[in-house]
Amino acid sequence: MALTLSEEQSFLKDTAQKFSRERTPTTHFRSIRDSENPECFDRAVWKEMAQQGWTGILVPEEYGGSNFGVAGIGVVLEELGRTLTPSPLFATGVICASLIKEAGNDDQKKDFLSKIVSGDITMAFALEEGPRHNPFKLKVEAKKEGSSYILNGKKTFVIDGGFADKIIIAAKTSEEGISLFIADKDLKGMKITPTSMVDHKNAANIEFDNLEIKEEDLLGSENNAKEIIEKILDLGRAVLSAEMLGGALEAFEITINYIKEREQFGQKIGSFQALQHRAALMFTDLELCKSCVLEAITAFDEGSNDIQRVVSLAKSKIGEAFFNISNESVQMHGGVGVTDEYDIGLYMKRARVAEQTFGNSEYHRNRYAELTGF
Amino acid sequence: MSDLNTFREDTRNWLEENCPPEMRKPMSTDGVCWGGRKCKFSHPDQELWLKRMGEKGWTAPTWPSEYGGGGLSYDENKILGEELLAIGARPALASFGLWMLGPALLEYASHEQKMEHIPKIVKGQIRWCQGYSEPGAGSDLASLKTKAIEDGDNFIVNGQKVWTSYADECDMIFTLVRTGPLEPKHNGISFLLIDMDQLGVETKPIKLISGKSPFCETFFTDAVVPKTNLVHDLNKGWDVAKNLLQHERKMLASMGAGGSSPKSKGKSGSGLANLSKKYVEENNGKIADEGLRQKIAKSDMDGHAFSLTLKRVSEESKNSNHGPSAATSIFKYFGSEHNKRKYEIMIEAMGTQGLGWEGGEFDPLELAITRDWLRTKANSIEGGTSEVQLNVISKRVLDLPQQ
Repeated sequence: MALTLSEEQSFLKDTAQKFSRERTPTTHFRSIRDSENPECFDRAVWKEMAQQGWTGILVPEEYGGSNFGVAGIGVVLEELGRTLTPSPLFATGVICASLIKEAGNDDQKKDFLSKIVSGDITMAFALEEGPRHNPFKLKVEAKKEGSSYILNGKKTFVIDGGFADKIIIAAKTSEEGISLFIADKDLKGMKITPTSMVDHKNAANIEFDNLEIKEEDLLGSENNAKEIIEKILDLGRAVLSAEMLGGALEAFEITINYIKEREQFGQKIGSFQALQHRAALMFTDLELCKSCVLEAITAFDEGSNDIQRVVSLAKSKIGEAFFNISNESVQMHGGVGVTDEYDIGLYMKRARVAEQTFGNSEYHRNRYAELTGF
Repeated sequence: MSDLNTFREDTRNWLEENCPPEMRKPMSTDGVCWGGRKCKFSHPDQELWLKRMGEKGWTAPTWPSEYGGGGLSYDENKILGEELLAIGARPALASFGLWMLGPALLEYASHEQKMEHIPKIVKGQIRWCQGYSEPGAGSDLASLKTKAIEDGDNFIVNGQKVWTSYADECDMIFTLVRTGPLEPKHNGISFLLIDMDQLGVETKPIKLISGKSPFCETFFTDAVVPKTNLVHDLNKGWDVAKNLLQHERKMLASMGAGGSSPKSKGKSGSGLANLSKKYVEENNGKIADEGLRQKIAKSDMDGHAFSLTLKRVSEESKNSNHGPSAATSIFKYFGSEHNKRKYEIMIEAMGTQGLGWEGGEFDPLELAITRDWLRTKANSIEGGTSEVQLNVISKRVLDLPQQ
């Protein structure tokens, strides 16, 4: 198994880098945040991403995608992560596209995947029910009544839930069984409350009050979703790790440049050993994280039999590194580090939300230990 | 590709015929073959294996065949490694000549010097040690004072080296000596090869906290060294020294990885966890002490991440013309710190059984781990301290301003 990018993957990474530097630098993120746009993203930019083909990277060719692979979408998200680019690409193009591809029947794939590729619909995955990642202790239940299912309960931290056209809902359909449903955002019985998060990315809480979902909107078959969710969560964790790596690298580089310029006591503060050694430690962490993330995003395309472990390795390592680097970066900036004018604080806020998404470092360390047998 | 397949087949056949049965058994530390004039082979098969591999040049597979090396390409060398692993073959030779001196000689020595020294390294005929540090020159290596004065066709060397590994068992020593003034420090240093079988060279072992004496002090009193043993230009030895240090750090780092490739580890579990389970309670196969379990997981994940990084960097340097990536400079630092933490976890897991000095109340493995734990404390000191490595990263990689 190779631990380097192919020529095509490198080309895609360069394209994404150019896009994020030119079209969505952090000023783009700020303008959306400050405009108080409730959707938290720019539809014109989203259309451009679709035109770049990024919405179809994980979609098979027969549905209009390129099926380019997880490593491909990973390097795109890494570059977008560098500039904190807000977009539905993760929830729609990675998570929901993969859930439909994996679980959906032919009609559902035909119906939804091509619209995802064209950028015509956005989607969100309603899974979590509490403040900490716990994917399989669900309370939301779907009871079969005639040719419909009736759903009750509450979902939290639904990424992009505040604007998504369609919501994929995970619900209990038996004691042990979990099923997936696709619901229109405007359905009666579904109350969507956007949550304003520190990273200013879109998320929502969603309550179901006797929400009725037609039988044909069951995604795939009943009681069959657990393994699929676990698999797509891993895929999402790998791609999210790539986004976090991009954020951590950018925060680190901004900080190194800052300590090379800032002067106190008549010297550049970067000449102080107290800062130099901490900078060298962060660099070391990042080099390890690069390898783990690359291993995780290529594991899917190469059919590795150790996907779960390498994904947990990547998410845990980059989670710790991004946490530490974002803290250190703020500290090394001194007073300006805690001002809104400087970007560095934005990376710290994003680091915390990403860390809690799909399991934090401790969750994945624990999972790694279990998978290794202790 | 078919060429490589042929190579694999030929290699497999050759190893099948030439690797003696005794050399396919797992090795203890006593089984390491260091070669040299004073070498005592632990088994006749060990001598045979060294002879066969040395003649083939496969103790140094990628070195040029002109100087007795194997002349293999990156891919061929990888295949050789895989085939050796497949039959559980022991390394035919371990030596500082292979890991440190040889690569530096290939880069800096004259053709005549390479013809003289490289084949003897490959065949394990000469055992080398390193004469760098001095009592007053540790991290500040360039302040060394051992002096070499020109005298006709020779240099006359006086001074003292310290931390010379296994000097009492070695045949020759590669040294940094002062041939110019003390200031400017780096410009008056030369790289000299010295034969230790002479009256002017004496060695004295240093007893470490582990109770063992892998290092010596080495004293030079009017030692005579022919000028043909000067490598690279006079007063330009620091260039060779830096190059050699990089090889040394790489070697020390790969030892830190403990040979733990993620694949070989795979689902077979964790060495630390398996050891710990002998001493701590389990709860449904989980280590019940949650604090210890977390430390083990963290250490295993560090090891996994580290070996992935070694692999990534080796692939990157193969595919690019830019030489090793910036990441190489982290290897020595991370490898040694990781290794120290690993041993601390073992000692912690073993409780008082991990703190025995000697005697029958402790089994040999326990005693070995305790002594090895003490040995690891030198990991982050030898070959440049961790602090020096962090300085190197700050300066050379991150290009941070200097005071």
